[in-house]
Amino acid sequence: MDTIQFIIGKFNYWIYIVLMMIGFYAMIAKKNLVKKVVGMNIFQTAIILFFISTSSKIGATIPIIQNVHGDAAGQVINVAQYANPLPHVLMLTAIVVMVSTFGVALALLIMIYREYKTFEEDEIYETLEVLRLKK
Amino acid sequence: MIAQSPALLVVIPLVGAVLCLLLGLIRREICYPFVVVVLGSCAILSFDVMGTVLSDGAIRYRLGGWEPPWGIEYLIDHLNAFIAIIIASISFVVAIFSKKSVEQELHESKVIYFYTIYLLFVSGLLGITLTGDLFNIFVFMEIASLSGYALIAIGRDRAVLASFEYVIMGTIGASFYLLGVGHLYIVTGSLNIMDLYMLLPELYTSKVVLIAFAFFMVGIAIKIALFPLHVWLPDAYTYAPSTVSALVAATMTKVGAYVMMRIMFTLFEPYFSIEFLPMAAILGWVAAGAMIFGGIQAIAQTDFKRVLCYILIAEVGYIVLGISVANRAGFTGAVLHILNDAVMMACLFLIAGAIYYKTGMRHIYEFAHLHRRMPVTVTCLVIAALSVVGVPPTCGFFSKWYLVLGAIDAQQWFFAFLLLASSLMVAIVFFKMMQTIFFAPSPAGEESHDHGSASHSHEEHKHARDEAPASMMVPIFIMVAGILLLGIFSGEIVSTVIQFAVPKGF
Repeated sequence: MDTIQFIIGKFNYWIYIVLMMIGFYAMIAKKNLVKKVVGMNIFQTAIILFFISTSSKIGATIPIIQNVHGDAAGQVINVAQYANPLPHVLMLTAIVVMVSTFGVALALLIMIYREYKTFEEDEIYETLEVLRLKK
Repeated sequence: MIAQSPALLVVIPLVGAVLCLLLGLIRREICYPFVVVVLGSCAILSFDVMGTVLSDGAIRYRLGGWEPPWGIEYLIDHLNAFIAIIIASISFVVAIFSKKSVEQELHESKVIYFYTIYLLFVSGLLGITLTGDLFNIFVFMEIASLSGYALIAIGRDRAVLASFEYVIMGTIGASFYLLGVGHLYIVTGSLNIMDLYMLLPELYTSKVVLIAFAFFMVGIAIKIALFPLHVWLPDAYTYAPSTVSALVAATMTKVGAYVMMRIMFTLFEPYFSIEFLPMAAILGWVAAGAMIFGGIQAIAQTDFKRVLCYILIAEVGYIVLGISVANRAGFTGAVLHILNDAVMMACLFLIAGAIYYKTGMRHIYEFAHLHRRMPVTVTCLVIAALSVVGVPPTCGFFSKWYLVLGAIDAQQWFFAFLLLASSLMVAIVFFKMMQTIFFAPSPAGEESHDHGSASHSHEEHKHARDEAPASMMVPIFIMVAGILLLGIFSGEIVSTVIQFAVPKGF
């Protein structure tokens, strides 16, 4: 029973690990360069999900000062009641980084395609080998 | 001292990058002087920051006035003020060099964007160096890496492919680093390095902290191209334009080594990194592998820049070895070697750039009798080579001396031996090169026909003195002067700066 609870209770981490490994596998093992880039994207998305899921809380509220317009002075919401906003903010930055990395990688892919007319790693190295032998 | 100089050091190149683009769109020729001025002011500012640190102790600069654990803090002590000087000065000198080489290697329309990205890259590196916030380090690391990918991709031959490989590897490294930050944040709720230093000791046995430490180490090892994870480096730095190779090789790996020092000794206590975990032993063996592998590969290469890349891998091994022996002499050697290696590598890559600019030669076997054609450049090459090998009074000797002392203090006789063996391999590399340059036999055909006056004048013409232009030679001279002066004054550098950078408990 404990094992099942362990697995179900931490399902967000399991999902992130599985996603991350899918991405990691694609980056390492796929021969197609586009698939590598997509794998990279999955890898980074998994990390973003990891950060976000750490701050999620069922029934939590937002970190604001409550009842400011009420009778007495406003009271700060108890720490235990709100979802930590910081991981979300960090991930906004990380998403920007991820998108720009994706953009740079795609730009490089366009340049590679112009030069070698293919996205397959094997074919590119074949072309390079032919070029080397010609010299 | 200007009160805002820590922030200005990062902001000036960042704003400069935007301005450079706008100014460049109006007048393209303006980019080069503008970049030189911006980086020059950065270099002056970095010395200013160092002066403050030396007189008043560590600076804790609050960005936007927010209190440290919540806001981002720039924490500047002797160690990172020192690294900031290295980065700002080297990027300034390399920028002076860039003019002619960029004109030759790049299409005219791309020059503006080249200089824009150049400034972004420097801004990212300075950010990594100065910030005292873990997540901020990640962001700046990605700014530097992304501009690094772009700078490398404008090179020749397989540069784009090499850059793509670097994107994949670099992203894995950065993502691992980010995961490390995430794990530490889960258990402590803080991102500030000094705050974490207080919070972490209670949690040293926690598995989450151990995982975080492992992610940090692997992530940074990829970024600094530590031996088994170095595969992206040789291609990327070989095919990049000359200016970019010099800049990136001299700064990027050094900053990574600095981050490694910070994480091992400022974020975690030295006790945790060295005794609690066998990290020192692991790093020691990895570094030993890097030194030997780099040395052997360097001997086997013919492309001059690729030789330098493998030497760079060996040099990273030296620095990491200095960290791993974990005593005063070793750490001093590692920090001093960051400086010396940055200067030596920048010098050698600039010389490679100058030779390529003038003759178009990349391979060592083509260098025969180069000393007749470019005597001054070859003299500089000899001095830089002696320094990399570690011959006194050049600076390379002194940092290696400290490293060997550190290894002996730690009773690591085998590592001390490997360090010397690796230096010997580097010596073989450069002596082979010198042999080709000075003593290569003239081709037999020319020898026999050398009596006619016509062919004689042709021979004269081939060996006529033909040095690179002044804008290239001056930076090389500065670097060579640096190599000699840093060697002579290495005692002063250690006693005024580095001895205060050594972590407590060593």
